[in-house]
Amino acid sequence: MSDVLLSARDLTKRFTSRGPYGRRNEFTAVDGVSFDVRLGETLAVVGESGCGKSTTARIVARLMEPTSGLLEFEGEDITHASGARLAAYRSNVQVVFQDPFSSLNPRHTVERILMAPLDYQGIAPKGGRRAYTRELMERVGLNPDHAHRYPKQFSGGQAQRIGIARALAVDPRLVICDEAVSALDVSVQAQVIDLLRRLQRESGFSYVFIAHDLAVVRQIAQRVAVMCKGRIVEQGPCAEVFDDPRDPYTRTLLAAIPRINPEWDRRRRAAG
Amino acid sequence: MARYLAGRIAGLVVILFLICLFTYLIFFKLSPDPALMICGKTCTPDRVAQIRSVLGLDQPLTEQFWNFLSGLFAGRDYGSGANLVHCSAPCFGYSFQTSQSVWEMILDRLPVSVTVAVGAAVLWLIVGIAAGLLSAVKEGTWWDRTAMGLALGGSSIPNYVLALALQYVLVVRLQVLPFPAAVPFSDDPVAWFQSYLMPWIVLATGYACLYARLTRANVIDTLAENFMRTARSKGLRPALLLRRHALRPALTPITTIFGMDFAALLGGALITETVFGLNGVGKMAADSIAKNDQPVIMAVTLLAAFFVVVGNVVVDLVYTGLDPRVRVR
Amino acid sequence: MSELLAVEDLTITFPTGRGPVDVVKDVSFTVGRNETVGIVGESGSGKSMTSLAVMGLLPRGAVTRGSIRLDGVELLGRGEGEMRRVRGEQASMIFQDPLSSLNPYYTVGLQIEEMYRAHRRCGRQEARKVAVEALAQVGIPEPERRAGHYPHQFSGGQRQRVMIAMALVCSPKLLIADEPTTALDVTVQAQILRLLADLQRETGTGMVFVTHDLAVISSIATRVLVMRRGEQVEYGTAEQVFAEPRHAYTRMLLESIPRIDDELPADEVTS
Repeated sequence: MSDVLLSARDLTKRFTSRGPYGRRNEFTAVDGVSFDVRLGETLAVVGESGCGKSTTARIVARLMEPTSGLLEFEGEDITHASGARLAAYRSNVQVVFQDPFSSLNPRHTVERILMAPLDYQGIAPKGGRRAYTRELMERVGLNPDHAHRYPKQFSGGQAQRIGIARALAVDPRLVICDEAVSALDVSVQAQVIDLLRRLQRESGFSYVFIAHDLAVVRQIAQRVAVMCKGRIVEQGPCAEVFDDPRDPYTRTLLAAIPRINPEWDRRRRAAG
Repeated sequence: MARYLAGRIAGLVVILFLICLFTYLIFFKLSPDPALMICGKTCTPDRVAQIRSVLGLDQPLTEQFWNFLSGLFAGRDYGSGANLVHCSAPCFGYSFQTSQSVWEMILDRLPVSVTVAVGAAVLWLIVGIAAGLLSAVKEGTWWDRTAMGLALGGSSIPNYVLALALQYVLVVRLQVLPFPAAVPFSDDPVAWFQSYLMPWIVLATGYACLYARLTRANVIDTLAENFMRTARSKGLRPALLLRRHALRPALTPITTIFGMDFAALLGGALITETVFGLNGVGKMAADSIAKNDQPVIMAVTLLAAFFVVVGNVVVDLVYTGLDPRVRVR
Repeated sequence: MSELLAVEDLTITFPTGRGPVDVVKDVSFTVGRNETVGIVGESGSGKSMTSLAVMGLLPRGAVTRGSIRLDGVELLGRGEGEMRRVRGEQASMIFQDPLSSLNPYYTVGLQIEEMYRAHRRCGRQEARKVAVEALAQVGIPEPERRAGHYPHQFSGGQRQRVMIAMALVCSPKLLIADEPTTALDVTVQAQILRLLADLQRETGTGMVFVTHDLAVISSIATRVLVMRRGEQVEYGTAEQVFAEPRHAYTRMLLESIPRIDDELPADEVTS
């Protein structure tokens, strides 16, 4: 049996919109995108705004259907799955969004937020709601005594941990992180990246990690796909793509990343 | 642009047709038999049948509706032979009460309603926007709190209460205004103005209160926009800051609401016109409803619907002109 | 050396429901002519408040103490009318989100013109000419035609170029850039940073560059001020702050930055 968890072949998504005076505009957001996500692996999809990475994430999460192409999860075609099969797929695939506050219902307590995915699927949490909530909160490094607080009582980094805990509640096989650490301050960002890595080690699920920041991607992904104008221009192991980029666009992207003078870095590390 | 306009106009025609159909069904099929009403107390079955035939009420419903519709655009004939009466387009039929042509009745009264609507609109725009603007600039001060408190109260006073109170105070007690009477502008402009002043105030009060609150909210939102911070960082004069950068974004959405309110008012201000005895379309509607004068009810309903539907399209076009994000792609 | 901007013991206090709160406490730094000073910190560090204080653009109710001298002239305590002549003419500012920072109802040409005309006596024709030149200077192609376009017709990077053209149209001595590249893609960010550096070389404008991104700061600033929760953590030359940070917080910040050259730990790289 192959170790491929999710496989995307030739995914294409076209949008048609109507202009101000009834003009039809067609726009291909994702154009013939193919990739595999292996068991327990992190595949990063990187690119600049408008490159189609978020649309790709939405298709993979089956929040939208592709115009054409094939999406397989554990060998099963779920491209156009609906009803019970789609529900089953969604219990295996969870999404963590960029803005933790807008993706958490401000009127619900942490316990209610974390138990919601289970409630929707009619699963009784093991050991009861209270105990399972505490377990999830401990796993993501939150104080379990805060289970009855509301999202706005948490900091941005803590709120993102709630979002991650919610994704973990149904024991998913694949977690899609859509710019999940982009809005966080650097010090918090580093902690959340560490958390994401630790959770993967513990539970063995795979990540599709959508990001615009290549340096962040390097901290978490084994493989990376670089997108530009709806297409994947280059994909492969991080070390290859980052250290020996073949596509000119990847090179431009890498060259544009601001870096601290390596000489200063070296001196600081030598002293510290 | 031409395609968009053609689409909007086609939509407009469909909507107006549907309104025609539904008003026709409601007023002619669901209300009492007009022939009996016209015939009066001393009525014979023969007489009723004759009236029904003259009005075309003995024909099938689809044909009646078709006759009504074609009458609107091409005119129609009532009766036959010596009794033949031609009603030229646009034909809304004849009043059951006065036997006058309904279209002529409307033409007669529309100027009064338009005068009421235009005067009130000018008044509520000036007062409402000025008060809202002042409140926004002085947000949180006693002026703001007082004005907005009044605006909240003002928008909840029913028009007839305000009308009667105003008449009592200005006409009966203080005697600063004469008792309302219709005076043509050409006869005596001052008396004309005095006769319309109270209806304007009554109609404008509710709208002015609403617009003051809308303007205040929109201006406060606009003042908090990032581009206002940029404009301040440029060292612009406060007057320019307010006039150019805050007012246009804040007032553009209000033009949309204003267009709809004004269009609705053109169809006649029922209560205000009745209370002040102004012979406008609104009073005509009220009278016709009281007396079940179906052709008139039908006509005023269609007229009001026409203004609202056309107003809607005009508002959209104006908005397209005002907001460059919609206009230029 | 005569300093262009000298901020001394700046404290900004906001009244809140639970009494006054200092959002900036005793911050001091200087900016020389033709120099770029970076203010860096995480959210809530007070870095943006510090830059708004220089422009006199703090929200209503804010109380400032200390001293802000621009070219030897004290700015704190000046009236709104006097500050208006400083803004745009002596010091100008660009912001994080260029789309919302430009008025969507007016062409970019008009928005640059009005800035020029607020400080120079001239007619519309002349102001338009200056605006077109300013657009050309920041690398907008076909500046005559583009001056008649609205902000939404430009790309993100071009909008920030428009903001820069506007900020520099009156040749101010000081430019304050508040997270000017944060909302932009990396490749566009690199272009804007290069443009700012080029323009500074040409015009000799002093610059305060506010950002949360240490790597960006290291590529553009000669001196760096590190802030945390309104307080000044560290202030020194870029080399000193990055190579020999004196404060543990600075060191922690520097260590948290994800680096493109650092790989995953070996045990996590699956073959």
